[in-house]
Amino acid sequence: MLMSPAKKKSNTEDYLRMYRQMVRIRTFEDNANQLYLSAKMPGLTHMYSGEEAVAVGICEALKVTDKITSTHRGHGHCVAKGAEFKQMFCELLGKEEGYCRGKGGSMHIADQSNGNLGANAIVGGSMGIATGSAFTAKLLGRDDVTVCFFGDGATAQGLLYEVMNMAALWNLPVIYACENNGYSEYTTTAEIAAGSITARAEAFGIEAHRVDGQDVLAVNTLTESLVARARKGEGPFFIELMTYRYHGHHVGDINREYYRPKDEERDWKENKDPITLFGAYLTKEGIATAEELEAMQADVRQDAAAAVEYALAAKYPEESEVDMHVYTDVRHALA
Amino acid sequence: MREITLSQAVNEALAEEMRRDETVFIIGEDVAEAGTPFKVLSGLVEEFGAQRVVDTPIAEPGFMGLAVGAAMTGTRPVVDLMFGDFIYLIMDQLCNQAAKTHYMSGGKLSVPLVLRTNLGATRRSAAQHSQSLHALVAHIPGLKVALPSSAYEAKGLMKTAIRDNNPVVIFEDKLMYNDKAPVPEEEFLIPFGQANIKREGSDITLIGTSSMVQVCEKAAEILAAEGISAEVIDPRTIVPLDEEALLKSAKKTSRVIVVDEGHQSFGITGEIASRINEKAFYHLDAPVLRMGAMDVPVPFSPALEDITVPTPQGVAENARRLMSREMIHAA
Ligand SMILES: Cc1ncc(C[n+]2csc(CCOP(=O)(O)OP(=O)(O)O)c2C)c(N)n1
Ligand SMILES: [Mg+2]
Repeated sequence: MLMSPAKKKSNTEDYLRMYRQMVRIRTFEDNANQLYLSAKMPGLTHMYSGEEAVAVGICEALKVTDKITSTHRGHGHCVAKGAEFKQMFCELLGKEEGYCRGKGGSMHIADQSNGNLGANAIVGGSMGIATGSAFTAKLLGRDDVTVCFFGDGATAQGLLYEVMNMAALWNLPVIYACENNGYSEYTTTAEIAAGSITARAEAFGIEAHRVDGQDVLAVNTLTESLVARARKGEGPFFIELMTYRYHGHHVGDINREYYRPKDEERDWKENKDPITLFGAYLTKEGIATAEELEAMQADVRQDAAAAVEYALAAKYPEESEVDMHVYTDVRHALA
Repeated sequence: MREITLSQAVNEALAEEMRRDETVFIIGEDVAEAGTPFKVLSGLVEEFGAQRVVDTPIAEPGFMGLAVGAAMTGTRPVVDLMFGDFIYLIMDQLCNQAAKTHYMSGGKLSVPLVLRTNLGATRRSAAQHSQSLHALVAHIPGLKVALPSSAYEAKGLMKTAIRDNNPVVIFEDKLMYNDKAPVPEEEFLIPFGQANIKREGSDITLIGTSSMVQVCEKAAEILAAEGISAEVIDPRTIVPLDEEALLKSAKKTSRVIVVDEGHQSFGITGEIASRINEKAFYHLDAPVLRMGAMDVPVPFSPALEDITVPTPQGVAENARRLMSREMIHAA
């Protein structure tokens, strides 16, 4: 596969940051999986591994003030929009120092200060929120753009069609980013989505693109141009990103051959891995040596290990927090 | 008697009814090959085929609406809603359409449909996958609501629900899917509106629903060791409600605690408590006490989640207070 040669070598720093961010996501997920397997993490989690180029390609085209809405598979979006490992692992383990003070967990993880409006455990649940965020930008004359992440499975939700209609009618600065990883839980996309996904947006007159979601530069280049246009009031836009999740639907989905062949998984991992592909591009273009990339990976691994250790030892919220944050401006709802 | 899991009990009930009546079909997300994320429906698509065990897109209002229409025209759908929390998405189809069609048509149309879903916290699934929302639908006239408390009830109530000509919502406790209970091999049904006295007692009545029946039984054990005799009653369906059985027990023991996993405010516990107050007031020695889930969204952190639901210790503690008459003076 070819990486789109859209950027010049003067963008070396950007490229290395994109690579690092993808590695950070992968490393975060490897650790999360370990925490699950060793029964140290409460509940289940949905891994983003394999889809890194989507979150990173898109979020690297955004400013801190731009907003995103995330999904049940949200660790990747969270990292890509600028979150730190320490607070993320704390959240995953239900600790007080987590981004949501342990109240959200994996399915609601988000670094709000970087414009992440939340991961959502309701499939399609954030489509209205993203569109509303774009409405705010327009109403208040801000130039932020909002990216709404959702899966191929979520295109079945009626809400999408209600909000795309309004976004198109009112030219809202929102980009609907459909992460098509080929599956919606234990079912292939072909079995749950009739017709074309991009045509759904086009029916509302929304410009829609389909892009290789394993090619971080292709994703980033496209997103940069759409974001720039959305800032000028030319939105909304729709992107379908073709990608793949390496793990099961969630960490507990281990025996999955009945719905997804092993060969297919192997093919994606061996031939279409976004980190391997981008690493190869960086070395070929002389932007980094293989050793430098390896050193970066080792560095990230060390960061993650330290953050995990920190989170494991961190304290749980006090019981008195249980009725805090039910309402704003009410310290304890049940006091 | 043989013992099977709640999951197997539901599976058997569906299989038996589908064999008996070819108009029964199942519809929902990942119900076929996957057999649902909880694996409750495993094997059904193999026996009944994809025509009758229908996998849908993630379009809850769509398939719920479709099921209402199918039910109005000669079939008996069993709609599978993966998590009870998703009931908000289908509220219009359930409450404005399914619940009211029979009434609005002057009795000419009916909606023989079962919505099976679940409830229950403490699975570390956070606020959007842990709610117990049965009170929302119990509020709507036209819907029946069943809350099985073991594999036995899950089977008997499911079979009755499928044969009922009204829309019925069944909430299973998702923490109980692997719990075993004695279930007869031979066919049986459990009629709606018939409470089950799980344990006889004379000092205090503990009325528990669904997941809270076990909590009440454990509380009764704790209390028995202290010389307090608690009666435990499981209403099994909250619509219709076996008021007679609840009142009889209240009059016998003169003290009642109602325990349910829905939020305490504006919920099932308040409804049952006030019916007892209205109809057994002069027999009571203490105010009827409500114990529901804490009125907060369900938190993810184990340190917080566990304190939001009633526990056997908590129920026993309240029972002691009622017995000591502390409550009367407080009231
Ligand atoms: C409204 C709603 N219905 C069903 C679910 C259960 N569920 C969680 S993830 C998922 C599949 C989502 O597929 P997709 O949108 O393609 O995202 P992916 O998991 O592939 O990233 C389903 C059905 C849910 N969380 N919310
Ligand atoms: Mg998908």
